[in-house]
Amino acid sequence: MTALRVVAAVVMALLLQGLLTRALGAPSMRVDFGLVAVVWIALRFGRVPGLLGGTLVGLGQDALGGGMLGLAGLAKSVAGFATGIAGTQFIVTQTVPRFLVFLGATLLHAGVFVGLSTLLGLKTSAQPYLDVSIQGLSNAAIGVLVFRLFEVSPGARERWRARRERRQKRRYH
Amino acid sequence: MALPDTRHRARYLFIAVVVGHILLISAQVGSRSGPPLLQAGLMTALTAAQRAAWGAVAGVRGVWEGYAYLRNVYADNQRLSRENTDLRVLLQQERANARGAEALRALLGLRARTPWVTAAADVVAGSVSPDYQSIVLDKGRQDGVQRDMPVINTVGVVGRVVEVSGRTSVAQLVVDRNAAAACVIERTGAQGIVLGNGDGRLRMEYLSATAEMVLGDLVVTAGTDRVYPRGLLVGVVERVDRNGPAFRSVIVRPVVDFSQLASVLVLLAPAPAASPADDGLVAK
Repeated sequence: MTALRVVAAVVMALLLQGLLTRALGAPSMRVDFGLVAVVWIALRFGRVPGLLGGTLVGLGQDALGGGMLGLAGLAKSVAGFATGIAGTQFIVTQTVPRFLVFLGATLLHAGVFVGLSTLLGLKTSAQPYLDVSIQGLSNAAIGVLVFRLFEVSPGARERWRARRERRQKRRYH
Repeated sequence: MALPDTRHRARYLFIAVVVGHILLISAQVGSRSGPPLLQAGLMTALTAAQRAAWGAVAGVRGVWEGYAYLRNVYADNQRLSRENTDLRVLLQQERANARGAEALRALLGLRARTPWVTAAADVVAGSVSPDYQSIVLDKGRQDGVQRDMPVINTVGVVGRVVEVSGRTSVAQLVVDRNAAAACVIERTGAQGIVLGNGDGRLRMEYLSATAEMVLGDLVVTAGTDRVYPRGLLVGVVERVDRNGPAFRSVIVRPVVDFSQLASVLVLLAPAPAASPADDGLVAK
């Protein structure tokens, strides 16, 4: 079941990123939904699903981005594994710690990606610090929101069900 | 033989994944052909899902735009009708000019202009990562699309095809950090390499310090990189910086609005033999 959820999260993230970029008409977006999904998987299910989720997302991005296969794969695998470890070592159930975990994962991912790209002689951003900072803040904001949505949605569904049952009872009485 | 301690299983898996990635990257360094099976498999599966998802979104949008969103249709119709009339007049002028050019061409004994074979493709998805700037097209190998074919729109160069599957393909935008094209300043013929800046703009490098240029000069493809044919419009010179004693770097604003890419053209025919008189598409 966990494997299924991991694959579903990965596919959803890649589809969402591609569709939103297309619909909003931008060449690329600052937010990396793939990385957000990897961090969510790692915090929710642990370091091994985080590692494997990172591999899947990264390889998917490499294949669809026309880049070197394995570059984003390695960066996201490392970020997913490290986030999973952080999730077991620290309490990350509040907004601020979660925000910091998303920020840290983005920095780690960028460090590995830019480092590897430099080693391989590939071009990196002209303003890496600014780009990574903006991406980190965007990822963290979206990530915290995603967690909040997942926490709120079961309660909302139960409240909606209870309201419906109350209405049905009133109708029968 | 004892099995590995379950406590360390995650660590072993991590090491295996990292080593696997390093081997995968190493296999592509040098040849750049990469392991085609894995890449093709991943691409086919993911682009098929993207194509289906965009089809659903486009269907809903089509219903909305076709039936519900009818505001300003009359005004748009009037405006388009006026534009159509203007374009018809312009077309007549261009036809007259073309007839003159053909007569001159025949007079000089030059070969007839070869029309480009193109395939119109819809953009079904944008970049799936902020680290890459690419688009997914709904045309693939079955439609004659191959790797390294140029992708253009009515304005100028969009990019080139970098991956192809049966019914879809991925095009790297010319503004991607790892994109490059051999270009010339149209007015002076000064040659250089246009590289993606990663921020939506381009920079032209390896230009001679003596190369003459002014802001607003048009930058067109040189036709020497075996990807883009000569004369396709790429951008406009926006800023000029000196880059060392011998070269200067030029910031180029792309002419294509990448935020409005809904459909593009893939140039299916190979670039014709480099001859100054035989351009298929010439920038205006």
